[in-house]
Order: sequence, then C-alpha cells, then structure tokens
Amino acid sequence: MVTYLIRRVAWLIPVLFVVSVITFGLMHAVPGGPWSGERNVSAGVQQNINKKFRLDLPIQDQYIAWVGDLLHGDLGPTFKYRDRSVNDVVREGFPVTLQLGLMAFIVAVALGIPLGIIAALGHNRWPDYLATAISLIGIATPSFVLAIILVVVFSVWLRWLPGVGEGWKGPNTWVLPVLALSGYQIAQIARYTRASMLEVTRKDYVRTAQSKGLGQRAVVVRHMVRNALIPVVTILGPILAFLVTGSFIIEYFFGVPGIGRYYVVGIGQRDYGLIMAMTVLYAFAVAFLNVVVDVLYAYIDPRIRYN
Amino acid sequence: MATTAGVLDRTLTARRSSGIWRDAFGRLLRNRLAVIGGIWVIFLILIAIFGPAIAPWHYDQKDNVAFNLAHGRPAGPFTIPNHPLGLDNYGLDIFSKLLDGAQISMSVAFVAQAVVLLIGIPIGALAGWYGGRVDTYLMRFTDVMYAFPDLLLIILLSVAFRDTDFGRALNGLFLVFVAIGLTSWVTVARLVRGQLLSLREMEFVEAARAVGVSGRKIMTKHLLPNAIGPVTVAVTLGIPTAILFEATLAYLGVGVQPPRASWGKMIAEGVNFIRSAPYLTYLPGLMIASALISFTFLGDGLRDALDPKLKGKQ
Repeated sequence: MVTYLIRRVAWLIPVLFVVSVITFGLMHAVPGGPWSGERNVSAGVQQNINKKFRLDLPIQDQYIAWVGDLLHGDLGPTFKYRDRSVNDVVREGFPVTLQLGLMAFIVAVALGIPLGIIAALGHNRWPDYLATAISLIGIATPSFVLAIILVVVFSVWLRWLPGVGEGWKGPNTWVLPVLALSGYQIAQIARYTRASMLEVTRKDYVRTAQSKGLGQRAVVVRHMVRNALIPVVTILGPILAFLVTGSFIIEYFFGVPGIGRYYVVGIGQRDYGLIMAMTVLYAFAVAFLNVVVDVLYAYIDPRIRYN
Repeated sequence: MATTAGVLDRTLTARRSSGIWRDAFGRLLRNRLAVIGGIWVIFLILIAIFGPAIAPWHYDQKDNVAFNLAHGRPAGPFTIPNHPLGLDNYGLDIFSKLLDGAQISMSVAFVAQAVVLLIGIPIGALAGWYGGRVDTYLMRFTDVMYAFPDLLLIILLSVAFRDTDFGRALNGLFLVFVAIGLTSWVTVARLVRGQLLSLREMEFVEAARAVGVSGRKIMTKHLLPNAIGPVTVAVTLGIPTAILFEATLAYLGVGVQPPRASWGKMIAEGVNFIRSAPYLTYLPGLMIASALISFTFLGDGLRDALDPKLKGKQ
C-alpha cells in the first residue's frame, strides 16, 4: 500500500514536468511578446518591464526561475492586471470555484445515484427508459448548451431565477450554474450506477438474501446498493476533479467570479502568465484528486490490493 | 448423407458470404436509436456539403432592407419574409449562418478524427509491434498526455498559434483540426497497441511468419484489420467530443474566426440578447445538441453491433 502510494505520487512528477514544459514552451512560442497589444513604450521602459518579468533571460533560465517560484508557492505575475499576482487571483476566485464545484458534485451524486438505481430496479420498463433517456440527453448536451436551456426556461420564460451576469450573490444565483455544471455528471453517474446495479442483481449473495426471506427493500439497500456503489466510487474522483477545474465555461457564461472566469478572460487578453499558472494548477488538481480517490478506494473495498 | 453434406455446405457458404461487417450492419439497422442517429448524421453531412448551394444568403451578407424594417434589431423565426429563421443582431440571415456552422462542425468531426488516426495508429502500432523498450517509452508518453486535461491543451495550442500564418489558415479552422487531433489520439493509440499485443502471439501470426510473410505485410494484412472494429467505435464516439471542443473554442473566442459562423460563436454572441431574442442562442444550441446526440447514438449502436458481447455493459 505504502509502495503503491509512493509510486503514484512519484508519477505525478514527470506528469507535471511535461505539462509545465509544454505549457511554458507554447506560451513562449507565441510570436510577439505579451506587450505587443500595448501602446508604444520607450525602449528603456520596455527593457525594464522585460527585466521585471525576466523576459530578458534565456528561455531555459526563465523556465527554471518560474519552477523555482512555483515550488515556493508563487504562481508568478499576471501580465495584464498590474496590481495583482496570480496568487491574488487564486485567493479571490478559488473559494467561489470550489463552492460551485462541490455543490455541483453533491447535486450530481444526489441525483445521479438514485436515477441509476431506479433505472436498474425498473429494468426494461418505463422507469428504465425514462432514466436512460434523461442520462443520454445529459451526456450529449454540453454544459453551455444546458446553461442556455436552463436560462431560457427558468429565467426568460418562467422568470423564477436570475439569468446571466448576476454574479454569485446568494442561493438563487447559485441554482442555475450548479445545475448546468452538474448535468453531464448526473448522467454519467446514473449510467454507471445502473450498469453496476444490473451486475449485482445476478450475484449469488443477492439470491441468498432473497431466499432467506429478506424483504425486497432490505435486499436492495443492504446488499445491492452497497456493493453496486463500489465501482461508482472510482469515477467520483475524476468527476470531482472535472467539476472543480472544468467550471470555467459555466463561470464565464453566468459571470461567476471564480478562477475559471479569470482564466477565460486571460485567454481573451493574452495574459500568458495567468494562462500558464492556471494550466499547471489545473493539471495538478486533476492528477492529485485522482490519486486521492484511488487510495480512498482501498479503504472502501478491502478486497483491493495494490501491487 | 449426400443431402446433409449439401445442406451443410450451402449453410457454410451462406454464412461466409454474409461476413462480419454485414452481420454488424444488420445488427446496427435493428437498433432504433442508432438508425435515428445515423439518419440525422447523414442529414448534417448533406447540409454541410450542399449548404452553400441551399443557403438563401451568404453567411456574411447583411440584408440592410430587412434589417431596417426590423428597426435594426434581431428578428425571430417566421416573423419576416425572405429570412425563414430570422435575422441576427448584425442583420445576417440565421438560417444561412446555421448552414455554415454545420459545415464547420462536420469538417471538424471528420478531419480532426483523421488527424487522430494519423497520430494514434502509428504510435499504437509501433508500441504493440516492437514491445519492450519502445513500448515502455511510447506508453509512458501516452500516459503523460492522458493526464493533461484535454480542453486546456487545446485552448493553449489555440492561444499560442492564433497569430501565426498557420493559425490563421482557413479562418482558424486548420488550427482547430490540429489542436483537437493532437490531444485526442491517446485512446486510439492504446486500443491499437492492446489489439496488437494480444494478436501478436496468435497462431495465425506465427503461421504467417513461418511461411515467410514480411513483417510489414503481417502488420497491414493480419494485425491492423483486426483493430478496425474497436477503432471505428472509438473514432465515432470521439466525434461528439471533437464537435464540442470546436464549439467551446469558438464560444471562448479562440476557435474559428469571424466571419465564419461557428455554432459556438453564434451562442457567445447571442447570449447578450438572451432576453429579447433567445432564438439567437437556442437555435445554434439545438444544432450542437442534436449533432452530439446523434453521433453518440450512432457510436453506441456501432459498439453494440461490432461487439455483441459488450452490449449493455458500458
């Protein structure tokens, strides 16, 4: 177990190295500096700015200095917001992004698992068809199209909830972003749960439980669901990682002030410092959450041995 | 006895003539969702090809007369003459823009997947054929690429190259093909490698080698054809992802550049008018959703048809 953990964590190093090299290389392959869009400044000022952002160093030295800062917890400067660093952006935006991601995660689990269970218990009858239809639509609808549908229905037609650009001011502004973000994952979890439930229905221990006279409810809750959820847990890690890091489209669409929106705005403004730091941060979060879930998996299911 | 042998022989011949592809096609046709998906896919391909001929207006041609009659505001579907789906906020014909969007989405669907095949098959084939150290290095590289969040890499590539000649080719469409292809080949490489690793040790390969068939011929005649099924499924199911990536890039403003009318771009512009003219967003939104759903249905159907053992498992 410990060896496994060490190997998994060690594997993060080459991954992050390659991700950071690709990111860094690409950002520096860009023709023209980050200042090309600015009004003309004198050569001296230009030089000073380049010095400040270390753009005067050879590229490998720039990379080493950047990684050194990163290891000290300094994500570097943003090129467009003069008055703040990427750290400031993360400090301001991350709590919002985390809150959005976690709420979407809770909604996805709370709706997806029951949907999958209902589909499996009504296998090949209408509850199954209904749940399957819902999850197919969920899988095939991108988050920003789902966001549009939600806004058109609940904000424009029914006028129940605020629409886009209302920010993150309270529960009624949370509902639509959370739903739009979790839609795909509700469908994904429902599909996995359904397949897993159908698998355990055929198991001997379920037949044993039924033949010893246990009520249907107890069989489902105590024997089927508990076992069926084990494989579902494996996809929860990538899902959580996706919800926390993949919300930038939704943040941008609804004007939620999380780090994702800064990222998108950074793309528009060619803020290479911000883009670079965010990409590495996101890659790290995804890789890290996957390790955490794989380890947690061993506690939930003691049958799993890591070699 | 002779009759039994005759019947047996005829049955075998009939069986042989049908072949695995025809069997699979038969199973596909019996899958209602796959047929519906397939019909919609064919429809989208047709409007992508013949769009410029059908379109009543050019996607970039402003109709000043109608736009003035609409007081310079967007007009909804079926509200004004000559523009079946109305005018957008620039006075452009929405129907014609949607047709151009279909062309963009369908070309991304197929060209990006071609790039995926061009990268994925050689890498997977090399790893699976040579094994050993080559395999280890190539698969380590594949694993690292797998850990890189797809959309982030695509955005990075788009941002980094958008001001180069290469980035501006075909209004940015060319860069979209390459960026999506460069990030999505991993699944195909893994599939091909897995197939080759298991097939390499089979007796028919040993037999081919024993009679002196060259390595290259074993690869192209005996090994790769066996991977066609799973690769077809992976490619079909990769298409909705590619369409979604293109729409997302355009939505963020780093994909296909104006005046080309990507559905994602139309949505990004339409959101500003979501109260007064919601059709500016939901019409392209419906097009994207229908394209994604139909390719997903078709891909699921293909998987079940090509590998009936897997049916309902995934």
